[in-house]
Amino acid sequence: MSDLVGHLLGEWNALMVLVIAGFLPNEVWRMLGLWLGGGVDEGSELLVWVRAVATAILAGVIAQILLSPPGALASVPGWLRYAAVAAGFAAFVITRRSIFAGVVCGELLLLAGKWWLG
Amino acid sequence: MADLPAVRLTRVALTSVMRATTHIFRLPVPLPALDSPKWQSPVRAFAWGLRSVASTVLTPVLFATYLGIGALAHDTHFSLGWVLASTALIWAGPAQIILISTVGSGATVLQAAVAVTVSAIRLFPMVVSVLPMMRTPKTKRRHLVLATHFIAVTLWVECFRLLPQVPRERRIAFTHGLGVGLVSVCLVANTIGYSLAANLPQLFAAAILLLTPLAFLLSTARNCRQLADILALVLGLALFPLVTMLHTGVDILISGVSAGTIAYGVHRWRERE
Repeated sequence: MSDLVGHLLGEWNALMVLVIAGFLPNEVWRMLGLWLGGGVDEGSELLVWVRAVATAILAGVIAQILLSPPGALASVPGWLRYAAVAAGFAAFVITRRSIFAGVVCGELLLLAGKWWLG
Repeated sequence: MADLPAVRLTRVALTSVMRATTHIFRLPVPLPALDSPKWQSPVRAFAWGLRSVASTVLTPVLFATYLGIGALAHDTHFSLGWVLASTALIWAGPAQIILISTVGSGATVLQAAVAVTVSAIRLFPMVVSVLPMMRTPKTKRRHLVLATHFIAVTLWVECFRLLPQVPRERRIAFTHGLGVGLVSVCLVANTIGYSLAANLPQLFAAAILLLTPLAFLLSTARNCRQLADILALVLGLALFPLVTMLHTGVDILISGVSAGTIAYGVHRWRERE
């Protein structure tokens, strides 16, 4: 009986963590965008700036994952992570913007490098 | 004896091979013309949105990423129901990876919340730049709430690509279809990843985690339409490592806003020339 209570409490706690540290931090920014971006015109100069900032923040998220990687990616040395992304980008450019070619190339280099390192 | 034609891997040849092979994976479903009767009801627009899930190369990337998130959650002792709820409620890959790995490594809820909040700032300008494409003079704010929830990198990129091919008054229904389709794919991926987790080698787990930065970089690069976008991407990548040395806790915000603003400044300056 107490096991069940403990389990339910654990689930309840985990759900609170999800809402407080996962759902709200993301949804707040989305709803702020909905609220404050209400009157922005589709062709306005403001949107050019907003899109540039969105792109640059996203670039920051990319750089963060590569610089301080989560989980198993941390077992891959830094130079190999950067080389894999660079190879993926090169393939993307050569194939005239094929995301598929870029992703496959980057991943193959990572797998080959990790296999070679043992 | 005539010489056999030499088969060389030229850029043209490589491109044509890549083009031919990506079609297999992309299963193109062309959208009907803007004035086609197929757009008449919102339900059909929703169905076209749902079908467009098969037309984007980002779907297999999302699938693999959420497979990885399912496995990560299993390894950090979260329940399957919890991961599925996190995908439906959070709907942002990096936030889920950060949340699972920070809480899993023993950080407090507050520390995790701060880390996730900072990474989620990007959603604000994304929403502000996508919503004007969906709005009509009759659109009320509440009509846009669900579409706003679905906005993350994938939908941001795909809206810029697909919405111009959708009649304006059907764009919200179309986005709902696309969003529901993508979330469903990811819920299935979570479930598979969660149940496979114990058997996934570390090499595979590392490869899956590399997918997020790779796909984000390439899909954003494909989405670059103006000089300002390209500069923002390059400067954003370059500035972040410098700003992290300051250890502000909001490094992404500082580097993003400054790189974006510099890129916009250059764009304005070029327009005046």
